[in-house]
Amino acid sequence: MSNRLRYIRQSLTAAALAAALATPALLSAPTVAVAQERGGTMNIIVQPEPPILVLGLNQQGPTQTVAGKIYQGLLTYDFNLKPQPELAESWEVSPDGKVYTFKLVKNAKWHDGKPFTAADVVFSTSKMLMETHPRARAVFAKAEKIEALDDYTVRFTLKEPFGPFLQSFEVSSAPMMPKHIYDGSDYKANPANATPIGTGPFKFKEWVKGSYIHLVRNDDYWKAGKPYLDDIYFRVIPDAASRAVAVEQGTVQQTQFNDIETFDVPRLKSLPNVEMTTKGYEFFAPLSWIEINTRNKPLDDKRFRQAMMHAIDRKFIRDKIWFGLGRPATGPVNSVTRFYEPGVKKYDFDPKKAEALLEEAGYKKGSDGTRAKVKLLVMPYGETWTRLGEYVKQAMKRVGVDVTLETTDSAGWVNRVSNWDYDMTFNFVYQYGDPALGVSRTYVSDNIRKGVMFSNTMGYTNPEVDRLFAQAAQTNKDEERQQLYSAAQKILVEDVPVAWLLEMEFPTFVDKRFKNAITTAIGVNESYDSVYMVKK
Amino acid sequence: MPRIAVFISQRLVKAVFVVLAIAVFNFFLVHAAPGDPAAVMAGEAGAADAKFVEQLRQQFGLDRPLYEQLGTYMGKVVQADLGYSYRQQRPVFDLLMDRLPVTLSLTLTSFVLALIGGVALGTLAAMRAGTWSDTAITVVGLTAYATPIFWIGLMLILLFSVNLGWLPAFGTESIGAGYTGWAAFVDRLEHLVLPVVTLGLFYMAVYTRLTRASILEVRDMDFVKTARAKGLPEWRIVSVHILRNAILPVITVAGFQAGHLIGGSILIETVFALPGIGRLAFEAVLQRDYQVLLGIFLLTSVVVVIFNLLTDLIYSLVDPRIEVAP
Repeated sequence: MSNRLRYIRQSLTAAALAAALATPALLSAPTVAVAQERGGTMNIIVQPEPPILVLGLNQQGPTQTVAGKIYQGLLTYDFNLKPQPELAESWEVSPDGKVYTFKLVKNAKWHDGKPFTAADVVFSTSKMLMETHPRARAVFAKAEKIEALDDYTVRFTLKEPFGPFLQSFEVSSAPMMPKHIYDGSDYKANPANATPIGTGPFKFKEWVKGSYIHLVRNDDYWKAGKPYLDDIYFRVIPDAASRAVAVEQGTVQQTQFNDIETFDVPRLKSLPNVEMTTKGYEFFAPLSWIEINTRNKPLDDKRFRQAMMHAIDRKFIRDKIWFGLGRPATGPVNSVTRFYEPGVKKYDFDPKKAEALLEEAGYKKGSDGTRAKVKLLVMPYGETWTRLGEYVKQAMKRVGVDVTLETTDSAGWVNRVSNWDYDMTFNFVYQYGDPALGVSRTYVSDNIRKGVMFSNTMGYTNPEVDRLFAQAAQTNKDEERQQLYSAAQKILVEDVPVAWLLEMEFPTFVDKRFKNAITTAIGVNESYDSVYMVKK
Repeated sequence: MPRIAVFISQRLVKAVFVVLAIAVFNFFLVHAAPGDPAAVMAGEAGAADAKFVEQLRQQFGLDRPLYEQLGTYMGKVVQADLGYSYRQQRPVFDLLMDRLPVTLSLTLTSFVLALIGGVALGTLAAMRAGTWSDTAITVVGLTAYATPIFWIGLMLILLFSVNLGWLPAFGTESIGAGYTGWAAFVDRLEHLVLPVVTLGLFYMAVYTRLTRASILEVRDMDFVKTARAKGLPEWRIVSVHILRNAILPVITVAGFQAGHLIGGSILIETVFALPGIGRLAFEAVLQRDYQVLLGIFLLTSVVVVIFNLLTDLIYSLVDPRIEVAP
C-alpha cells in the first residue's frame, strides 16, 4: 500500500466538453453534429480595463478573463471542481498526501517558439509567483521542495499534507510563466510585460488603451487543430447602459461577471440573439455578506448579529435587488463548492424573533422607537449594492435599529475596512474551490491583520473554529475534511461573525452563434481553445 | 519694447509661478483622498496579504515620507517630466499623448460647432425677439442646457443607433473592420457624430442664451439707431455694430471653455466609450493613480493659463477700448 501511488487520470475530449455545455437547443436537437469550423471573431466586454495582462503579476478579475486566453495553468476544473488536465496531462498523489507528481504535455510551446518544460513550472511556482502572487504564495509556501525530475515531470514535496493542493493549479491561481523571459529580471519592470508571452491558444496582438485588446489565434498551439476562432477582441465599454446596448445590438458577443447591471438582466435575457447562463462561476463561488466589526458595540453581541439574520429577508434581496440571481446563503460555504454543510442553524426571515433577541440582549426601545444605532458603509461597486444598503436600512428600522448609510469610493472603502474603521459594510469574496483557500481566511484569528483587505477584518475569534480549519487543511482525506468543515460551519452559523446574504450568481450572456464558451468551473477565464462560431 | 510684448512676457513669468503653485496644491489635494493605489489594487485582486500591499507601496514610492515624495515630484515637474504610472506601466506623458487626439477631436469639433451655432442662433433669436422663432430657440436652448448630458447621449444612442441604425453607438472606429484610407476616415467621422452633437448641444445652448441676452442689451443703443438712420443694410448693422459690441461675454465664456478642451468630458467619453483624457482622469481618481492625475492637472492648468492670456489679447482686438496693460 505504501508504495502504491494513487493514479488519477482524466482526459476529456472536446466532444465531451461540448456535451457538458448542454445548452437546451443542443440537447433537444437530434444528433446532428455541428461542424467545428475555423474562423470567426468574438467581441467580449472587459470591464474595468485591466492595468496589465501579465497574469503572474496581476490577478484582477478582468486580467484573468483576458490573460486566461494567453496563459495557462497545469489544471482546470469541471463544474464539480474535479481537476482536469491542461498543461499537465496526468498527475499522481502519494498516499500520505505529501508528494504530487505532474506529467506535462510534451508539445506545448511559448508564443515566442521556445518549448514549455518542467523548468518553467519550477520557476513559476518556486520563484516568480512566490514573489508576485499572494494566493499562490500561500499555497506554494507549503512546499518543501519543487523539482523537475525530467523535462516533462515536476514533483512537489509538501512539508505536511495540504488538502486543497490540487485545487490550486487553474490559470489564475498558478499561471505558468516563461522562465526564459523572467528569470533573473525585475519581474515588475520587465520590458516584456507589454507583450505577454504564454502557452495559450491566443496570442497578444495589440492593446489600444481605453478602447480594446486584440488577441489572435496561436497557429502553433499545442492542441492540434485548435483554437477555432481567428480573433478575440476585448472591448472596454465603461458605461453600464452602453454595455447593455452593445449586447442588444450584437456589437459584443459576450459579457460576464458584473458587466450587466442586475436590473438589465431580465430585459437582455429575452433577446433572441443571446443566451444567458449562470454556470462557470463554481470555482469562484462568491458569497456576499454584511461584514460586521465585532469590536464595536452593539455588534459585539452575538444575539444582536443573530437578530440581523432574522430581520433581513434574503429571499427579497435575491428577487427584488438581484432580480432572481443567486441563492439565499445558509452559512459560510457556498453550496456549489466543496464541503458544504446543509445541516446548520436556520435563520428564517422573522422580524418578531429579531426583536425578541434584541430585547433579550438588553436593547430596549427608546422613546423614539429606536433600540440602537449603527453605521453601514456601502460597498462602492455599483448601483445594486446601493439599493441593498437602502433595503438593509429599512429592514433594520422595522426592528428598531437605526442604520446610517455611509458612502465612499473603492480606495476609501478598502482603506477603511482593512483598517477596521467601520461598523458594518458589504463584502463578497471568492471561495476558490476549497474552504482552505477561500473560506477560512475570513474567520480564523491568525488572519486578523490590520491593513490587509479580505482578511478577518471583523476581528472574530473562536479557538475551536481556528482548530477545525487548521486541522481540515492538513489532511487530504475528503471524509475527514468534511467532518471538520461541517463542525466549523455549525459553530460559525451560530456565532454569525458576518451576516451571510447570497450565494451570488453572475449572468454570462453569450451570442447564440458561439458554442463551447462556458465548459468549466472557471467559465469565462477558460482558454477558449474549443470555442467555435456557427456560421449561418 | 512694444507694450504688447511687455504684457505677454510679464504674464508668462507670472504664469510659471502660478503653475508651480498649482502643482504643489494639486499634490496635496490628491494625497488628501483616503486610500492609496496599493489599497485599490489589493481591493481589486480580491485577495491580498501584507507583503503584496507593502511591495506595491515600495514600487510606487509611497513608503517614503510625503515631503520627500513632493520633492521628487516637483523636481520632475521643473524638468517637464510628468512621471510614470506604475499601474499602467507607462510614462504619464505617453498616456496623455495616446488620449489627446480622441479628446481633441471630440472637444474641439463640438467647441467650434457650439460657438458658431450658438452665436448664430442667439443672434437670430435676439433680432426676432418675441416671435415664435425666438421662443422656439429659447425653449430648445433651455432644454438642452438643463437636461443631463449623459441622458441626452443615451437617448441619441437609442434613437440613432438602436432604433434607426444610422450611426454607431460608441467607440472611435469599427474595431476589426480593417478600413483604410478614405473609408477609415469616414468610419471615424461617423463615430464622432453622436458624441460631438451631445457635447456640442450643451455648449451651444450656453452660447445661444449669452448671445441673445447680450444682443438685446446692445441693439437699442444710440449708435445702432444711428447706423440704421444712415441706411446701412441690416446684415451690416447686426454683424459690425451689434455683434461686435455684444460678443465680449461670449468670448469670456469661450476662453474659459477652451481652457478645458484638453480635459475632455468624463460623461461623454464614458457613455460613448471614447478613450479620452476625461476618462483617464476619472479612472485615475478612482484608482488613486497620483502621477496620472497630477499630469492631467498640470497639463490642464498650463492650457488654462495660456487661454486666459489669449482671451485677454482677443478682448483688445475685438474692442479697441480695452487696452493691454502690464
